[in-house]
Amino acid sequence: MVDLAVVGAGPMGLVTALMAARAGLKVAIYERADDFSASAGWKAGGMLAPECEGETSDGTVVELGRRSIELWPTLVEGVKVDGTLVIAGRRDPGMLDKFADQTEGFERVDSDQLAELEPALSGHYARGLYYKNEGHLDPRVTFTRLKKALDHLKVKFHFGWVGVLDSLPAGRVVDSRGMGARDRFKELRGVKGEMALIRSHDVSLNRPVRLLHHRHPLYVVPRANGVFMIGATTVESDRGDVVTLRSAGELLTQAYALHPGFAEAEVLEFNAGLRPALPDNNPVISVGERIVAVNGLYRHGWLLAPGIAEDLVRVIYMQATKVIHARPSQR
Amino acid sequence: MLTFYGKSFESRLMLGTARYPSPEHVRNAVLKSGAEIVTVSLRRESVGGDKAGHAFWELIKALEVTVLPNTAGCHTAREAIKTAEMAREVFGTPWIKLEVIGDNETLQPDVFGLLEAARELSAQGFEVFPYTTDDQVVAGRLIEAGCRVLMPWGAPIGTGKGLNNPFALKLLRQTFPEIPLVVDAGIGAPSQAAQAMEWGYDAILLNTAVATAGDPPAMAEAFALAIRAGRTAFLSGLMTETDLAVPSTPVFGTPFSPFAG
Repeated sequence: MVDLAVVGAGPMGLVTALMAARAGLKVAIYERADDFSASAGWKAGGMLAPECEGETSDGTVVELGRRSIELWPTLVEGVKVDGTLVIAGRRDPGMLDKFADQTEGFERVDSDQLAELEPALSGHYARGLYYKNEGHLDPRVTFTRLKKALDHLKVKFHFGWVGVLDSLPAGRVVDSRGMGARDRFKELRGVKGEMALIRSHDVSLNRPVRLLHHRHPLYVVPRANGVFMIGATTVESDRGDVVTLRSAGELLTQAYALHPGFAEAEVLEFNAGLRPALPDNNPVISVGERIVAVNGLYRHGWLLAPGIAEDLVRVIYMQATKVIHARPSQR
Repeated sequence: MLTFYGKSFESRLMLGTARYPSPEHVRNAVLKSGAEIVTVSLRRESVGGDKAGHAFWELIKALEVTVLPNTAGCHTAREAIKTAEMAREVFGTPWIKLEVIGDNETLQPDVFGLLEAARELSAQGFEVFPYTTDDQVVAGRLIEAGCRVLMPWGAPIGTGKGLNNPFALKLLRQTFPEIPLVVDAGIGAPSQAAQAMEWGYDAILLNTAVATAGDPPAMAEAFALAIRAGRTAFLSGLMTETDLAVPSTPVFGTPFSPFAG
């Protein structure tokens, strides 16, 4: 018997488990798959970009994301806060101004400042937006580090678990199953995202770069050893396991457009996943007597997990029983 | 009243459902604008099985407005016909907004493929809303093929460049007074929508201009007001433009006129 069973070993579940275990609860984790690769977070970019997400998200995501960036360094090592650079192609000059209108927390940079931030892009772009308080992490490395931290706290992992939440031997249960929780969240839908991993010996970037484009916006996130994550498509589809030729073509073409040096990069991986989303694309915490369910993190799993986990752990202590949206005002 | 294939509507604004920040924004845009018809795409969303886009489509159905499925993303008549057949099954409607793209840069309709698909689909009992250019001859052929609505572009999809060829659009209106005409693409601002309505267009279809606005539902409302203004102006009879000034209050002969005795 444990104090808390966490079901679903995605970013949300793992961070909740870590915070609860650190708060002194005895915790166990239950995951349907045999490893972490079934999580939407496994295929994610790992950008911690609350300001940039403000372009298409409301204040809930921005505020929670800002809170989470402060919490991440207290949880695992390797979270970088080197900012985000946003640029636009020559054919989309107006898009940079529009993006600036819809977001906060940036400074405008000219070609010299841009070259200083990202020497690889020197001469390619005349201006950009620099969001200096944003960060990024490597999702797959972070999974490993979270597991290590949880192992250290004697949190037991049950991989390949298929069972019923109600019969788990635990005082309380956190349901963080993402797409697996359709039985609980009737309006939950998958929004497909496709991504690629490449390795380049010719281009190096210090931070995530977003290329605005009238049709195919793109981001490139640098990882260790010359590896870059390129993402991501957004398709209103519930089938997450296929990458289409068109999407693959768009991703690679845009990477090449961002920097011609990517032409000689090796393609390491194509992958697709489903982002669990509710109709407003915002997260929700649903509090029952024993089970606390969290879902709808959409494309913001890594961005929002710490902020929401903090709320969750507090809810568990308060024994509250109502449905709330995870908002900072409820701190 | 606006009538498409025997169905009547109060609202003359039609909304696309792509590119919004969330389905909730689509819902609020529909509520705020009073739109009674929404378009929805199926091509890309159906990869990986016919029902892959099911969850999103259910949210669209839940809006309880008339759904006009489209064949966005199709580049051949055959692809478009197949997508239309799937749309009929998913949404249970004979309506189809027919798009056959001929050029990837401008997304200009391939009018030859469009005509071929319009003929085939009309013969199969579909009620076709063809996305076309402002070409008079193509418009005539589409009507011959069975189309009872035409959706000419104002400018290429998503550009927001407005009504690029006023001459051709006005001529289209004069040539086909009995056919409902909808400006389908290129509208960026409410003033442009009002302009088309002043020319006697029957409705406006919008997507990018609303979906990518800072506040999509408020922008949808702004368009609804502009479209109503343009329609009312058209029905009221616009004044005639002249080159010479005409005072709105006659001055000759009034006590304070310099010409008074």
